Amino acid sequence: MARLIRTEKEVEGRFEEVWIVVEEDPLEQWPAGPLAVVGRDAPRKDGHERVRGEARYTADIKLPGMLHAAVLRSPHAHARVRRIDLAPALALPGVRAAIGPGEAPGLAEEAGFSGAAVAAVAADTFRQARAAVEAIEIEWEELEVVLDPDDAVRRGLLTDEEPRRRERGDVDRAFAGADVVVEATYRTQTVLHNSLETHQATCEWQGDTLHVYISTQYIWGIRHAVADALGLPEDKVRVVCEYMGGGFGSKNSPDEYTFVAAELAKRTGRPVRCALTRREEHTSAGNRNATIQRLRAGATSDGTIVALEGEFTNSVGWTGWNASTEGPMQMLYDCENVRTVTYGAKLNTPPMKAFRAPGFVEGTFGLECLVDELAARLDIDPLELRRRNYASSNEGTPFSSKNLEECYRMAEPHWERRHEVRGRSDAVWKRGVGMASQIWYGGGGPPSYAWVRLGSDGRATVITAMQDIGTGTRTAMAQIAAEELGLPLEHVEVVLGDSARGPYASISAGSSTLPSMGPAVRAAAADTKRQVIEIAAQRYDLEERVLDIRDGTVVSTDGNLSVPLEEVVGLLDEAQILGKGARGPNPTGMSVLTFGVHVVEVAVDVETGEVVVERVAAVHDVGRIVNPLGASSQVEGGIIQGIGHTLSEERLLDPETGRVLTTSLDAYRMPTIADVPEIVCEFVDRPDEHLTNLGSKGLGEPPIVPIAAAIANAIRDATGADVHELPISREEMLRALREADERAREKEKRGAPAAV
Amino acid sequence: MSELRLTVNGGEHVLDAPVGTSLAHVLREELGLTGTKIACNEGHCGACTVQVDGVPRLSCITLAHTVEGEVTTIEGLREHPLVEAFVRADAVQCGYCTPGQVVSAAALVAANPDPTPEEIRHAMAGNICRCGTYPKIEEAILSWQG
Repeated sequence: MARLIRTEKEVEGRFEEVWIVVEEDPLEQWPAGPLAVVGRDAPRKDGHERVRGEARYTADIKLPGMLHAAVLRSPHAHARVRRIDLAPALALPGVRAAIGPGEAPGLAEEAGFSGAAVAAVAADTFRQARAAVEAIEIEWEELEVVLDPDDAVRRGLLTDEEPRRRERGDVDRAFAGADVVVEATYRTQTVLHNSLETHQATCEWQGDTLHVYISTQYIWGIRHAVADALGLPEDKVRVVCEYMGGGFGSKNSPDEYTFVAAELAKRTGRPVRCALTRREEHTSAGNRNATIQRLRAGATSDGTIVALEGEFTNSVGWTGWNASTEGPMQMLYDCENVRTVTYGAKLNTPPMKAFRAPGFVEGTFGLECLVDELAARLDIDPLELRRRNYASSNEGTPFSSKNLEECYRMAEPHWERRHEVRGRSDAVWKRGVGMASQIWYGGGGPPSYAWVRLGSDGRATVITAMQDIGTGTRTAMAQIAAEELGLPLEHVEVVLGDSARGPYASISAGSSTLPSMGPAVRAAAADTKRQVIEIAAQRYDLEERVLDIRDGTVVSTDGNLSVPLEEVVGLLDEAQILGKGARGPNPTGMSVLTFGVHVVEVAVDVETGEVVVERVAAVHDVGRIVNPLGASSQVEGGIIQGIGHTLSEERLLDPETGRVLTTSLDAYRMPTIADVPEIVCEFVDRPDEHLTNLGSKGLGEPPIVPIAAAIANAIRDATGADVHELPISREEMLRALREADERAREKEKRGAPAAV
Repeated sequence: MSELRLTVNGGEHVLDAPVGTSLAHVLREELGLTGTKIACNEGHCGACTVQVDGVPRLSCITLAHTVEGEVTTIEGLREHPLVEAFVRADAVQCGYCTPGQVVSAAALVAANPDPTPEEIRHAMAGNICRCGTYPKIEEAILSWQG
């Protein structure tokens, strides 16, 4: 039965109170551990298509008569269009239409950052469209540019009406009573998603229906946003995304390129493709915003953390949201006295967009470095300090499941290696081991729906209008359906990627794909199986309760019946059985979170400041693992992206003009295969008994959360230096080493007998 | 427009294209060989890698009219054992860089059928994978002969 509930919905750490219709889910969870299909390694269902270059991405879609759009972008960080003349563009060869500010959502007269979209042209070729954009005559009125986040906060230039303040206990009194207080300022840089397929859409009108082919993480969100912006009924917008070349949080909304393509398609009567170039991707497609974190922790000498305080400034940019950088400080440890304030600075810089655990990646770097600095001051083992401050509830709310203690236990052999690793240091290369814990969301939620179609040949197809951003979605959904239906994996296909071909499905962000969609797919498969059993019971005159499907065969538990599934469903001739399923509600009154720990080994060249990550052991607690092979790929990918974030990636702005300086991939340095350390990946793999019929949480984001702090803590272990800034460039490393040297000399002086 | 003669995956093509057109553009737009991806279009990421006479070449910064020799794209390598090795090892996530990875890897193993991890890292460092499938790519190339 459908049930209307008022509930808190979480996406990417942002909460809102919403009405949701949920359907009860009566299925019991499967037993823990590997089953027939679920819990076993499965190569990707769509592996061959992708590897052989047959998979069709948005970038590969070429419609008859398709035109190409190019976008004029502001060179100024803050300016208003005083005059614009599109006529010179329209006079050029191949040009079919041009639009200016106000003529499509996302094209604005006021440019709030260098790279903001102003006008666009459609032409027969992209080259012609680019030439036409150059020919547009435009006069700008330059406005005041604000680039400094502290300056913006002082002046009250915020993205929210108020800064976000959270406080519990008596923080000032707790600090006054602490035996040890550590304090530090951490800074993290702006980094770019750099999905290899740039942001893009191809739009085509057929009658009054708009067909949108788009590289997106959220088919239904695009449909809703486009219909809303253009004043169309939602069923007059069809959104298609069968394969996409990465998103990492940046492709949740339609943005200017979609609206430019839709409007130019309308004006020309032809399909229009609007694709960002790599350089536009660096100026205009979003980023993980920079942060400044002024943190303080107080503890008693026995290692009890009694007070935590943080002032967080997110350099949000012209648009974007104020992510919960304070989240880890609020939730990771059992501390009664916590006070945080988080400012979202509105700046004339390119917009923040969600990027793989937004806020928590940055906040975990600050907090987990601070905790290790505290451990050093207290002379307590960093793992022991974390155990002593273990949170058994989320400020009184029970966790649906939390196995961080088990993660710590599994991490012990990796942690033990530190004596041997340090011993391999020499005069130049210092080696050490560091750790950091991980907390993040990833529980998903309703609504999400799926259908399962079972044909008379005994093969099933999962149908749902979700997207696969490259995490192995098709494979995991097929595994779940195969397990429930009692079919071999190769007898299950998955159809997704088209709003016109399947029911509503949730966003592929916030590590929610598997925990949101998996239970709906299992419910649909169960509904299908129920119908098969009902038919078989009538056909063979047996009770339903003695019948089951195993490995494609309908069997009775007494062993008397064993017939191939296609014999039963074959009765239907060409017809099919259709099952439907919905994602049930999340457990009420519980916090659903993911946990983990990373143990990292580094080598630091103390002469040049070069840092090499040599080994990463990652232990994660995300409930049941559906596909261990795919899960290990997620962990490795998150760690490698995190190593880039920690050591080499930084989007630089000209401090005078606010223009992006790192617009190409030689200036913006992402990890290559040569930068990859040994990675060991382990899972607790216990189903969350309170969470859905599956007990699985998401894994896309958790592995990128603790890596930066674990690297920084390994550097401290190796050298005694406290790094406080990302990326840990050679300059930052050498600065931290000099500071550590000075500190050691000071200590020596103080420790030495006073000179006469 | 200027005449362009290309041999691609064993087939000969005579086309007209403006001088200055990139090989990647011709492959994708004129010949419909969309397995070759363009991700940066300025020679930094390796997604567009093809082989010319067996040598990896960045097709997005190669002028089509300057190509002499046989072009091999991912479409010409679909039966290569590396494809199975990549699938088996899970050396694919979003898949956008993967055809370029396979083309680079095929050139490597043709010249050196038993590469060491160091040799793999050296040969493959020009192919960026933002999803971070690198450990699995290394595993796929190490085990490509089955």
